[in-house]
Amino acid sequence: MSIFRSLQTILIFLLFYFIYSFFIYTQEAESIAANKIITPLAYEGRLVFQKYNCISCHQLYGLGGYLGTDLTNVISKKGAYYVSAVIKNGMLKMPNLNVEDKEIIALIEFLSFVDSSGVSPVIEFETEWYGIITPKTKK
Amino acid sequence: MKNKISLLFIYLSLISLLFAVLLGCLASFQYIYPNALTGILSFQMLRPLHVSMVIAWIFSSALAGIYYYLPKIVNRPMYSKKLTYFHLQVFVITGLLILYSYFTKSFGGREYWAFPPYLSIPILVSWLFLIVNFFMTLLNYVLFSLSENTGFMKTRIPVYIWMWSVGILFFFFTFIESYLWLIPYFRENIVRDIMVQWKSYGSLVGSWNLLVYGTALYVMDKISGKSISIGKMAYFLFFLGLTNLILGWSHHLYILPTAKWIRYVGYAISMSELLILARMIWLWKKTIKPPEKGKYYLPYLFLISADFWIICNLVLAIIMSVPALNIYTHGTHITVAHTMGSTIGINSMILLASIFYILYDSKIILEEDKGMQVSKKGFWIMNVSFFIFWINLIIIGVLKSYYSFKGLHHQQIMNLLSPYFIGFFITGICLFIGVLCVVFPILNKKYFNLFS
Ligand code: HEC
Ligand code: HEM
Repeated sequence: MSIFRSLQTILIFLLFYFIYSFFIYTQEAESIAANKIITPLAYEGRLVFQKYNCISCHQLYGLGGYLGTDLTNVISKKGAYYVSAVIKNGMLKMPNLNVEDKEIIALIEFLSFVDSSGVSPVIEFETEWYGIITPKTKK
Repeated sequence: MKNKISLLFIYLSLISLLFAVLLGCLASFQYIYPNALTGILSFQMLRPLHVSMVIAWIFSSALAGIYYYLPKIVNRPMYSKKLTYFHLQVFVITGLLILYSYFTKSFGGREYWAFPPYLSIPILVSWLFLIVNFFMTLLNYVLFSLSENTGFMKTRIPVYIWMWSVGILFFFFTFIESYLWLIPYFRENIVRDIMVQWKSYGSLVGSWNLLVYGTALYVMDKISGKSISIGKMAYFLFFLGLTNLILGWSHHLYILPTAKWIRYVGYAISMSELLILARMIWLWKKTIKPPEKGKYYLPYLFLISADFWIICNLVLAIIMSVPALNIYTHGTHITVAHTMGSTIGINSMILLASIFYILYDSKIILEEDKGMQVSKKGFWIMNVSFFIFWINLIIIGVLKSYYSFKGLHHQQIMNLLSPYFIGFFITGICLFIGVLCVVFPILNKKYFNLFS
């Protein structure tokens, strides 16, 4: 391709990138639950989650480090009491990170918020013949 | 002629590589003894440390290439020598600050960028130095050529110039995108938040891949004496890569409840990679011809092995990108096999080829140097141990998936997998030894004379 044609094509790609990104940013999520706005306390919990770098060992929606478990639905599966206790004291291979009580309350709020947005363990999905997956409806 | 800035970047990159691999080994050790290094070197800091060193390795070696090749291509020095040094200085200082933040456990960022967000500012600034320097060098060249020859705009230029240009720009955009969560609109909805984060990571990796693949094409052209990179096929692959960079990221997000069509796009685009795969296998026989006897043997070896790893990783990536299969691979070490498979197998092999090419080309090392025999052995140790390492990760992933579907608890699964984690650690150590053999002979200060 000549310089001129290449430049043209690349500019079109760049333009497309920005338009597509804008489009993506403004898309609604799949369900009403997934579109909920985060509460201030849950956002604080998000920052605590980042402060202790929980994502290095845990996943949300399967994304993160793999030493620990996926935490997306841990609240509905195991309950807030259990989760607070694990965070406060550590457990087996989970270290005690000396998280403050106030921070734990925010963390629980954050994890509950994530929990209500969707399902993560891959067992909870149904497969279509053309390869696409959909979450099984939550009980 | 020596190109000092490029050599400095090479030196920096090799040190980062050694540390990256060593830290990876320490991290994998905690899969066996999770409580072994709590305190100073806990997994929580080792993982981001490992990944950050890997990123430092990839970027500094790719930049070493660009700072070395561009002046040769346009036949004039970089636009500003000062900016190249500023770039290096800010790069090093920011790197040290990031290490400091990890060691003091002041996190606050996200996965991969686990450091506090304000440290992203010097990263962007150093990248701006590169942008100005790179594009001004090109612009001056274009203006000069236009004044010399009127048909210039119709000439075909090698595709790697475009790859670097677009890669450099896209890194800037996608890096900023990965910090959009600082704006309330992006973080107030958790699904959008996670989606934009992984959109940016996917595209960011796409942008560094453009830098790395551009480098591969340049070195390939040089050692084969052909000009593959002005051909139609090279341009086609470039635009395909660009399409993947813009649209392909959503294959990370099949289980995230985003709007559904977004996931369909990721699926469809990922399947286009099949084209590249077919093409690679087709070319496999052709590319395997060795260069002239005794010339550029090591760069050639590394490029060939990158070819091999591209095929392995593409097969894996394509399998993982089918949502119905992704539900088995997602969140398991198959993902790690995919990420480490491509960063070690493809990126690192290409970048080592580029480093050896530069060092031969600037006569810092010679083919007949004794050290090169050690590097050659290192090459084989690296590739063989990495192959076992990679297969082992896939096995860990498959077993984890199988046990999860059987309903076993995380703790039970981890116990059942422990022999494989030992394998992970041991092959990791072998990989480290391989890397050490490859880079030790060239890290020898006498070759570099950097500090004289
Ligand atoms: C060094 C790695 C590491 C870090 C950092 C870490 N965890 Fe863990 N966590 C683990 C491991 C490993 C387990 C599994 C424990 C076991 O079963 O042995 C675990 C278990 C848990 C559990 C129980 C899960 C279940 O299903 O039973 C919760 C909840 C949890 N972690 C929350 C957190 C939070 C919140 C943070 C951040 C403040 C965090 N963890 C940081 C490694 C880590
Ligand atoms: C050039 C060499 C290497 C490169 C480029 C590399 C790259 C990477 C990357 C990109 C990740 C992030 C994976 C993800 O998020 O899915 C990662 C994770 C990791 N790497 Fe490496 N790596 C290298 C060598 C090693 C070695 C030799 C070991 C030691 C066995 C190792 C151990 C690990 C561990 C334990 C993780 C974390 C996995 C987890 O989340 O549990 N790495 N590496």
